[in-house]
Amino acid sequence: MTDVLLKVDNLKKYFPITGGLFGKTVGHVKAVDDVSFYVRKGETLGLVGESGCGKSTTGRVLMRLLEATEGKVVFEDQELTSLNANAMRKMRKEIQMVFQDPFASLNPRHTVEKILEEPLIVHGIGDKEERKRRVIEMLEVVGLSSYHAKRYPHQFSGGQRQRIGIARALMTKPKLIIADEPVSALDVSIQSQVLNLLEDLQKDFGLTYIFIAHDLGVVKHISDRVGVMYLGRLVEITESEKLYDKPLHPYTRALLDSIPIPDPDVKKDRELLSGDLPSPSNPPLGCAFHTRCRDCMDVCKTTRPEMKEVEPGHFAACHLY
Amino acid sequence: MELSTHKNDQPIIGTDEKVVSPWLEAWISFKKNKLAVIGAFIVIFFILVAIFAPLIAPYTFKEQMLSNRLLPPSSDHWFGTDDFGRDIFSRVVYGARISLWVGFLAVLGSIVVGCLLGILAGYYGKWVDTIISRTFDIMLAFPSILLAIAIVAVLGPSLRNALIAIAIINIPNFGRLIRSRVLTVKQEEYIMAAKAVGMKNSRILFHHVLPNSMAPIIVQGTLAIATAIIEAAALGFLGLGAEAPNPEWGKMLADARTFLIQAPWTMIFPGLAIMLTVLGFNLMGDGLRDALDPRMKN
Repeated sequence: MTDVLLKVDNLKKYFPITGGLFGKTVGHVKAVDDVSFYVRKGETLGLVGESGCGKSTTGRVLMRLLEATEGKVVFEDQELTSLNANAMRKMRKEIQMVFQDPFASLNPRHTVEKILEEPLIVHGIGDKEERKRRVIEMLEVVGLSSYHAKRYPHQFSGGQRQRIGIARALMTKPKLIIADEPVSALDVSIQSQVLNLLEDLQKDFGLTYIFIAHDLGVVKHISDRVGVMYLGRLVEITESEKLYDKPLHPYTRALLDSIPIPDPDVKKDRELLSGDLPSPSNPPLGCAFHTRCRDCMDVCKTTRPEMKEVEPGHFAACHLY
Repeated sequence: MELSTHKNDQPIIGTDEKVVSPWLEAWISFKKNKLAVIGAFIVIFFILVAIFAPLIAPYTFKEQMLSNRLLPPSSDHWFGTDDFGRDIFSRVVYGARISLWVGFLAVLGSIVVGCLLGILAGYYGKWVDTIISRTFDIMLAFPSILLAIAIVAVLGPSLRNALIAIAIINIPNFGRLIRSRVLTVKQEEYIMAAKAVGMKNSRILFHHVLPNSMAPIIVQGTLAIATAIIEAAALGFLGLGAEAPNPEWGKMLADARTFLIQAPWTMIFPGLAIMLTVLGFNLMGDGLRDALDPRMKN
């Protein structure tokens, strides 16, 4: 496929657990455990899963804010995990990130102007005048006004701050934006505004998104394709409609069933999850989900299922198929 | 979940035209604290006295009039005279220069060195941190004045060496403070964001980590000036600081010790000067802490 922008192969991120008197490694938290996927140019790939399933870590490893333990990340024919620090720094011009908490991700001592100008300074784009002009332009693009430039982050509401965060990510005209739960810290009424803004920007600038979230409703709204993660592993990945209409993996089914239906009269046979998320430092043998799975078979307890193309373009890692 | 499709119609919150920077905000809350303002006035008063010493002092600090030995305070000699017949008022006024100079310079020195080491330790961690932090621990294990005496003893007694000694013994305090700040700030998401934007470590350190670690340094710095002045006086008292004719307050106290009963003014006024300056810096430092510490707000 020529239109693939980012390809991730067998990505692993293990965090060492140290213990004992001399701090030796006694185990690993397998935050991301053998994840592979690709993102096409111009599409939005949603990554969903419960807290602690490794979706945010995946995003950060892609940006090399955390170093991968193993695996490859190929962005436009360029392998990222082997780049040296300086080359990676320059690469970040093309890949930017929008963070979850708009209150924490903006430096409280910098004005909006400075926050937005900094990516340009760092990558040596434009002269002073040009940078100022770009800042004002970008503020208007994300729905703020030029007079906001001299303000400090604490003078804005959550939604406005997230707009600033989005503006910062757009300053260097990146090709890929990794949005790490960009709306989960916002009020529901503001969420839709920010999501619409992201969609409009995607059309206007031809952006590609990796959209990380735990809210399936939000992901459905914005994604072209969706990957579902469980305990550091990707369990199902396909086009948005297919996933919502015909989920294959029992975990995806359970997730979709857990979305509340705003009608008390609707009775539905729900497949709800029971039990707790197993510890990622000691994941269950075989399929990581077998401890909570309704359809658990003997093989699930011993053999880890491979990702299979069950239907064209619909991949799932489950022994049922 | 249904998502409405309203767009760009949210009210712009915070349209008040006055833009308040975090520093201005701190100044506003500092102004409300009466004791702190008094402290600031005392400090400013002594700074002015130090700057305009030649204009204020009626005599020079070394002018001896042996016929006027140990005179009590009078209209000629406001604070009396010492055992060489020198005007104590003039000496106290000139002494402000020495004490403030030592205080500011020593603290500035320890802030610069302490910040540098603290940032290295906090940001890079691992063995860098181990070496720097353990060195701080070793230095802090000594009582500070004892360490200062030892350093002056090695370097030789003089005002300059006393200043160096005071700067050195204060380094670990600032180093630890900035290290802990850096460790906190490092975890903030805006540092992660700065990295994601593609900034170099040096830029992150000096544009993001350091400015956000400055507040406690300013507070600690102000309080440390007070301590440094006392330490300088203590070294002077022990004969390890300023040399003979220089009107260092601590040295004046030491020289006057013999006449405590006979001529108490020889001790009272230098002592009072030390006390007031230190009080001023402490009040101001406390006020700054209240104004700058985010935990005290709201």
